[in-house]
Amino acid sequence: MADKLRAQQQLEALQARYIGIGSADTTKHEWTSNIARDSLSSYVGHPPLLQYMSIGLGQTREKTRLQLLERMVRPVGPPPEQQD
Amino acid sequence: MTSFSSMSLYALTVKQPTATQDAISGDFLGNGKQQILTASGSRLAILEVSRRQKGFQELYSQDVFGIIRRIAKFRIAGGTKDHIVITTDSGRLVTYEYMPDERTFKTVHFETFGKSGIRRVVPGEYLAADPKGRAIMTASTEKNKLVYILTRSGQTDIAISSPLEAHKPQTLVYCLIGLDVGYDNPMFATLEVDYSNSETDPTGEAYDELKKELVYYELDLGLNHIVRKWSEPVDRTANNLFRVPGGPNAPSGVLCCGEDSITYRRIFNNKSSVRRLAIPRREGATEDPNRKRIIVAGTLYSLKGGDFFYLLQTEDGDVFKLTVEATNGTVEKIKIKYFDTIPVATSICILRAGFVYAACESGDRILYELESLGDETEDPVFESDQFPVDPDAAFAPPFFSPRALTNLTAVETMPSLNPIMGMEVANPTLEDSPQVYTINGTGGRSSFRTTRNALEVLDLIESPLPQNASDVWTTKLTIEDETDTLIVLCLHSRTLVLKIGDDVEEASNTGFLPDTNTLGVQQFGEDCIIQIHPKGIRHIQGIQFPNEDASATHASLTDWQPPAHRTIVACATNNRQVAIALSSGQILYFECDSDGSLAMAEEEIALDSTINCLAMPDVPEGSVRAFFLAVGCSDQTVRIFNLSPDMEGNILRSISVQALTSPPSDLTINLMSDKSPRGYSQFLHIGLRSGVYIRSVLDEMTGDIGDTRRRFLGPEPIKFAKVTVAGEPAILAMTSRPWLGYTHPRTGVLQLTPLNYISFKSAWNFDGSQFKGIICVSANELRIFTFNDLTDNTTYENIPLKYTPRKMVGYHDQGVFYVIQSDNNTLSAETRQQLIAEAGVKNAGDTDGTNGSMEMKQANGDATNVSSESEELPAIDFGYPRSQGSWASCIQVVDPVTDKAVIHTVELKPNRSLVSAALVFFESRGDEAFLVVGTATDLSFTPYKFSGASIQVYKILQNGRELEFFHETEVSEPPLALLAFKGKLIAGVGPHLCLYDCGMKSVLRKAQAPNCVATRITDIKTQGSRLVVSDQAQSVTYVVHKDQVHPNRLIPFVDDTVARHTSASEMLDYESTVGGDKFGNIWLVRCPQKVSESSDESPDGSDLLVDKNYLGGTANRLDLVAHYFTNDIPVSIQKTVLLSGGERVIFWAGLQGTLGALIPFNSRRQHKMFQQLELQLRSDDKPLSGRDHLAYRSYFAPVKSVIDGDLIERFLVLSRDKRESVAGQMTGAEWTPGMIDEAIWNMRGLYAF
Repeated sequence: MADKLRAQQQLEALQARYIGIGSADTTKHEWTSNIARDSLSSYVGHPPLLQYMSIGLGQTREKTRLQLLERMVRPVGPPPEQQD
Repeated sequence: MTSFSSMSLYALTVKQPTATQDAISGDFLGNGKQQILTASGSRLAILEVSRRQKGFQELYSQDVFGIIRRIAKFRIAGGTKDHIVITTDSGRLVTYEYMPDERTFKTVHFETFGKSGIRRVVPGEYLAADPKGRAIMTASTEKNKLVYILTRSGQTDIAISSPLEAHKPQTLVYCLIGLDVGYDNPMFATLEVDYSNSETDPTGEAYDELKKELVYYELDLGLNHIVRKWSEPVDRTANNLFRVPGGPNAPSGVLCCGEDSITYRRIFNNKSSVRRLAIPRREGATEDPNRKRIIVAGTLYSLKGGDFFYLLQTEDGDVFKLTVEATNGTVEKIKIKYFDTIPVATSICILRAGFVYAACESGDRILYELESLGDETEDPVFESDQFPVDPDAAFAPPFFSPRALTNLTAVETMPSLNPIMGMEVANPTLEDSPQVYTINGTGGRSSFRTTRNALEVLDLIESPLPQNASDVWTTKLTIEDETDTLIVLCLHSRTLVLKIGDDVEEASNTGFLPDTNTLGVQQFGEDCIIQIHPKGIRHIQGIQFPNEDASATHASLTDWQPPAHRTIVACATNNRQVAIALSSGQILYFECDSDGSLAMAEEEIALDSTINCLAMPDVPEGSVRAFFLAVGCSDQTVRIFNLSPDMEGNILRSISVQALTSPPSDLTINLMSDKSPRGYSQFLHIGLRSGVYIRSVLDEMTGDIGDTRRRFLGPEPIKFAKVTVAGEPAILAMTSRPWLGYTHPRTGVLQLTPLNYISFKSAWNFDGSQFKGIICVSANELRIFTFNDLTDNTTYENIPLKYTPRKMVGYHDQGVFYVIQSDNNTLSAETRQQLIAEAGVKNAGDTDGTNGSMEMKQANGDATNVSSESEELPAIDFGYPRSQGSWASCIQVVDPVTDKAVIHTVELKPNRSLVSAALVFFESRGDEAFLVVGTATDLSFTPYKFSGASIQVYKILQNGRELEFFHETEVSEPPLALLAFKGKLIAGVGPHLCLYDCGMKSVLRKAQAPNCVATRITDIKTQGSRLVVSDQAQSVTYVVHKDQVHPNRLIPFVDDTVARHTSASEMLDYESTVGGDKFGNIWLVRCPQKVSESSDESPDGSDLLVDKNYLGGTANRLDLVAHYFTNDIPVSIQKTVLLSGGERVIFWAGLQGTLGALIPFNSRRQHKMFQQLELQLRSDDKPLSGRDHLAYRSYFAPVKSVIDGDLIERFLVLSRDKRESVAGQMTGAEWTPGMIDEAIWNMRGLYAF
């Protein structure tokens, strides 16, 4: 029993520390948002990728960076209605 | 059992990436001057800008083997130089000090804070240092922020604290800066969005109400604690912060830039103390007056006496000068004024010396000189009083008209291939070695470049000669002279002597024998000159020019004649010795007597074979004679004889013999710097008739030959000239073209580079009083030239293009390239002209000119008034007028061979974009050549949308120099890939692969493989009946074409296991494909032998059709052969030869300007050595970024069968003892550092450059 509690505590600590560690209650919306945010932040963070996209879009890197960051706010639309 | 992979590659970077990630100015050397630190790709470089040289000089650069994300500098109180701090993907914060004497970066701190890789919550995306050097803050895009405190411990050490956390979950960071607060507690400001409310609100209202906040973090140094001190909502579009100087009587605070707004804010402010400016917009017929700009780059510059200003750049490239009016630390007004327009930059650095460095996003980096601070120009000034503080409130938008550079002048450009959009190695000019053709740049700064491996030469003098000359020498008159006085030219059986003075004129009465060929000229003894000609040696003593004119006097003349019926065929001389070879195979040896005359030795050498050439080193300092004579014989040997008496007192004894592959054509011996403990060694250079150049070390004591480098230079016999280049001895080797052999200034290894110059047959060092250089004769021209820079071994030729180039197709028979160009969000030429015409009509009607903008223009002067209204601004400086969602496209024919210009342009209709191109010879149309292009109408990405797509066919006329529209065919999706295939056209139309033939009115589909790939076909390559089809996201699929059945079949039969976002591909052989993906990997996949064979077995492919699909793909899978992370997106890959006489390599070009080569190993022993060396260097020379090298090269997938040549070449610059220790730890065979150097040299020297 103590082991189980401890495992639970450890999991919670990890969930607080690292975003994206799911649990049994993770919704599809949370899961997909998380993936999308990870991808977007990777596009912003890898310089060649950001440049590649900027050239495709015909705009400056700063503008692309801003747009990608903006998309991180709500990457997959609003969360679904809570059903009790 | 060890198993070996069948293929192993050596990855070399030929040209470093030039896309600047970040650039900052600072004093990293500690010499009181400013340098620029730039980060590009994985390389850190320090550039020096000096007024004396009028330009850049790269002081130092090093690969850190990590993805550099941000750089910053800090200087701790009392420090004398700026330290560097970088964040990379290593999960570590690393700080360096540059040690100018040792020329290294010394790691000061090495703090691990998180996981490696570029992740959402691992800090490193943002980095800021306190201006007083007391703290460093680093943040991730979401949640995490860490602060490190820096303190001085002891006299020189800087201690770093463990990190303080300032995390805030569900918060995105847009920008981070360190505030200037003087000596108060360090403060940092960030732009943040807390999205937690929106996460739980299904209605979406919370999302609309999200605020962007400007947050101040204070580091309490007393409590060792970081607090979120204050936050205030700012403009939702804010993207950038700039710090405002603080301290006594200075305002402190930030400039917060967003879309169409720049606000001044400070901590604890109220709404009334906020000052806001709108960003001025461009005026002009083609500009949308409602388009808002953002600030993309900028810099603060503080003048002496506390004044300061900002240069802020908008996305159009317009630079504004922003000044702050502050009295007693309170900001009353901020003002903005148009400054100049320069290309859009990632970073702008202003140097105290009055230079502005723009690290341009695309194209060459430019250095400007500040002519004035922009106070004199008559551009309108806008003040914060004019604008409401609330960005949503209405206001009159400010306008300005862009004009040519006034406050800045471009001083120098640093050639930069970034971004490369396409590359092809070809040789339409029929030179010795192929050239690299690239399409580069974006928008108006696009270009077509030819890159050659050659040294740029600076021509000093060009003068005609009365007749063709075959040889040239320069000589001093006496041993004490510092500069050369005479030029001796050997014309056709005539010798001409010229005197170098203010003018070069023919010298008379010099004593030289005029009516003969000359073989050699040497300043001999104290004040004598000897002329060696086939019939003897003339010894002239005491040549003088007493009257400052060209008539000389000389003291005495003696002639030595060879024995009867013999002629002199070769000679070698130095100041005290002469050796001549006679036609009979004898070598006679002379030394300088006490009175300067020639004394013949009693001994002589008699050889059986004819003697081709002789060489003798210069007299070593402190000796009376050189010790060795090298003799090149026609029996394919080089023999070394001693000139100083040996143990028994004999001279002219054979010491060593070197056998060659071909008779030697020339020999020379000189001292060149190298990596030996003494810093230089004596080298014997051997040139062969076959065009092979050999350089060996000739031991100065024993005369032994060793440490040999060999390379083919050109198909003609080699001749040498000893020269001095950049103060270092070098060797000029002349064959089909001239080459320079020199010691690389950084790595200290031999570098052989051809000159970007005419070919010549004779050259000599030239030491004039005004300049030093190299003199050469080519036919009836005399030229003197020198070198600019020995560090860059490539030259560029540049042809400007119109829009962002997308693809190019070469028509090598005609020496032209077709480049398709499209610009997104840009007004097309037609619309632009229409708008200008409309504006012209309107202006003609509106004769009063009463509106404000007209008055303003008149004030600017008449010239701008006319030009801005009737003509477009040159796009190369100002870019094109933007318009959301529209496209401008054209096809250009570029001739880089003869005209070196664009020779034909086809402009496309508005909103069409060009996506692919191919040169096709349709079987059904005879010999005619066609250019086929794929177009898309109203294309937009995320989501991928278009309103139409077509394949256009153009007839190629006038030897490839003109295009005539032939017909156009609508297709279902944009054809992103086109290729000529078996006299037809194969096209990737969306995911379908279609085969077309050319009809009279349209292209006609002959076969189709529907849904051949999963996403979209982006590239097709072919060999025989096999097609390699690349998918945008799903790697490559092999397709076989079966033409024995009707209708023809296209059958996909093998695909990949990994989803690679293919960006480039090339077939290496019938089974293997090398490709690159959007994440910066290069990989090599191979089709299993059996699958490959069975695909070609049946003529109608019926057995392939019955194969069951496996897991939603084709029936078979490819095997991965090699994988390598390059940190740059490969845009083109080609299997090609790079050097004349070289072997084939895989050559690739990366988006950020990288040119790289993958060289296959051809010996197991060599491969094993490099493998061990790489392993050793990984641990003994740990990457500077703190990243594990193996992990870096395995960024997305484990590195496989590729050895990192860039890491291997670090061996060349390691310290001596480290080299010894690395070499000592290698097993298998006895490897000395010299042998390893040779192996490394061979990998680069024989395959790439």
